[in-house]
Amino acid sequence: MLLLALDTATPAVTVALHDGTSVIASSSQVDARRHGELLLPAVDRVLTEAGLKLDAVTGIVVGIGPGPYTGLRVGLMTADTFGLALGVPVHGVCTLDGLAYAADVEGPFVVATDARRKEVYWARYADRRTRLSEPAVDRPAEIDGTVAALPAVGAGALLYPDTFKDARAPEYVSAAALASLAAERLAAGEEPEPPRPLYLRRPDAQVPKNYKAVTPK
Amino acid sequence: MADEPLVLGIETSCDETGVGIVRGHTLLADAIASSVDEHARFGGVVPEVASRAHLEAMVPTIQRALKDAGVSAGDLDGIAVTAGPGLAGALLVGVSAAKAYAYALGKPLYGVNHLASHICVDQLEHGALPEPTMALLVSGGHSSLLLSTDITSDVRPMGATIDDAAGEAFDKIARVLNLGFPGGPVIDRYAKEGDPKAIAFPRGLTGSRDPAYDFSFSGLKTSVARWIEARRAAGEDVPVRDVAASFQEAVVDVLTRKAVRACKDEGVDHLMIGGGVAANSRLRVLAQERCEAAGIRLRVPRPKLCTDNGAMVAALGAEMVARNRAASDWDLSADSSLPVTDPHVPGRGHAHTHDHVHEVAKENLYP
Ligand SMILES: [Zn+2]
Repeated sequence: MLLLALDTATPAVTVALHDGTSVIASSSQVDARRHGELLLPAVDRVLTEAGLKLDAVTGIVVGIGPGPYTGLRVGLMTADTFGLALGVPVHGVCTLDGLAYAADVEGPFVVATDARRKEVYWARYADRRTRLSEPAVDRPAEIDGTVAALPAVGAGALLYPDTFKDARAPEYVSAAALASLAAERLAAGEEPEPPRPLYLRRPDAQVPKNYKAVTPK
Repeated sequence: MADEPLVLGIETSCDETGVGIVRGHTLLADAIASSVDEHARFGGVVPEVASRAHLEAMVPTIQRALKDAGVSAGDLDGIAVTAGPGLAGALLVGVSAAKAYAYALGKPLYGVNHLASHICVDQLEHGALPEPTMALLVSGGHSSLLLSTDITSDVRPMGATIDDAAGEAFDKIARVLNLGFPGGPVIDRYAKEGDPKAIAFPRGLTGSRDPAYDFSFSGLKTSVARWIEARRAAGEDVPVRDVAASFQEAVVDVLTRKAVRACKDEGVDHLMIGGGVAANSRLRVLAQERCEAAGIRLRVPRPKLCTDNGAMVAALGAEMVARNRAASDWDLSADSSLPVTDPHVPGRGHAHTHDHVHEVAKENLYP
């Protein structure tokens, strides 16, 4: 098994190769505005570091968000197209699950990432592998106080210390964690999630009011 | 000819997910998935809706294009993609797909200019582009007059709209007349039964001191709206067919007049018209009349090749391969304001070798 994992749902552009036992190469760069430019060179670098070609890959793992849409789509489109060209399956993993898997926390906790517009994408976890709630997008102040009081990981938690009083690293998801989690799930025979984006918000679009007259009243 | 470049092109600059495949000047596939119906109720293209639709449609559209063309991905000589101009988020979906596809297949990647692609698509209809060619590109997003001596390396802006695009004016007038979105086809249909001389609407920027090749449609739009509102205020019926015909006549009169003048001034004997508005039947007729009178050969591709599509991107990509233009780098970005003077985005370290490569390769160009 050789998994190529990538995620662009947070400011990190992150890529990793996993051979079924462990991560054999990885790369993470934080630059929220350049996902489109950085991802393919990162894939190329990681493969070169491992001394492998893309056609050796047996499956693609991709973070499906939630995350800011423009960046999120870069990873999903890249993963989908790799899948098409190579004829290999594409497995989706919730980006928050990847962050949870990398968390160093005992007991229940929260994962929160930055959703911009003063909101966070978040979910509750019982432990590193067990999510208790569907990913949601909310203003930090609207999140139940007993939940927000739990230890919290991710940039969304670090950004709003008034709500998340016990905020911790990691800030962004790593493809290495995403790949390890996916490898565990595949080994356990779990049905992977489809590689469909978790947008959680409807597109901003307004149906125009009636046409505006140009004749002065 | 089997040695002509086989190229797949991806277009996502607006609301059409287009994947085309060409071999040299021969069209093999032109697969399109459009999100236009999702935008209709908003009266215009909503960028986020378009971007979401591109992501969903891309893989099936690539598969359909390959099937229609009857070729396998491994036989391709290159992957071309619209790098700009266009909607940033929408472009990025296409660029991401093209990069991943080219990388996975081990093929060169060509990030190309959307406007140059609109011109180059005519090679699929009428064969090699004459050099030089004057091109009038008119759509909901662009209204440009361009002069090209080599579509892979030299595209010069002669004029452009200073306010609305021509297609936008059609959309707006259709809205004032309650005819829905998009406005181009419906205005064309009503205009066929109307009198183009019924109402004398203004011709923008046609005064003797106005810029010779620039366009303006904003004043026309306001003038038409005022005329309609005056009728409505007086409790009279609006003669929709005459308004549509007279408005359309004002637009195509200015477009063709300026395009023919540019050809004459520059001594260019070929005019190409592209973009969605090139599907307008009156524009085609008037351009033909005026070109014939001026001794200019008119080239207008069939309507499906005039609107945004992947075949036009593939056509320009194939020309890049044929003329040995440098491929793009893996960090190619989507550039929503890519200048019209950049027909493609060559990789670094190659940018200055163009003309030299072109000279060497001249002997090998296919006809
Ligand atoms: Zn266009």
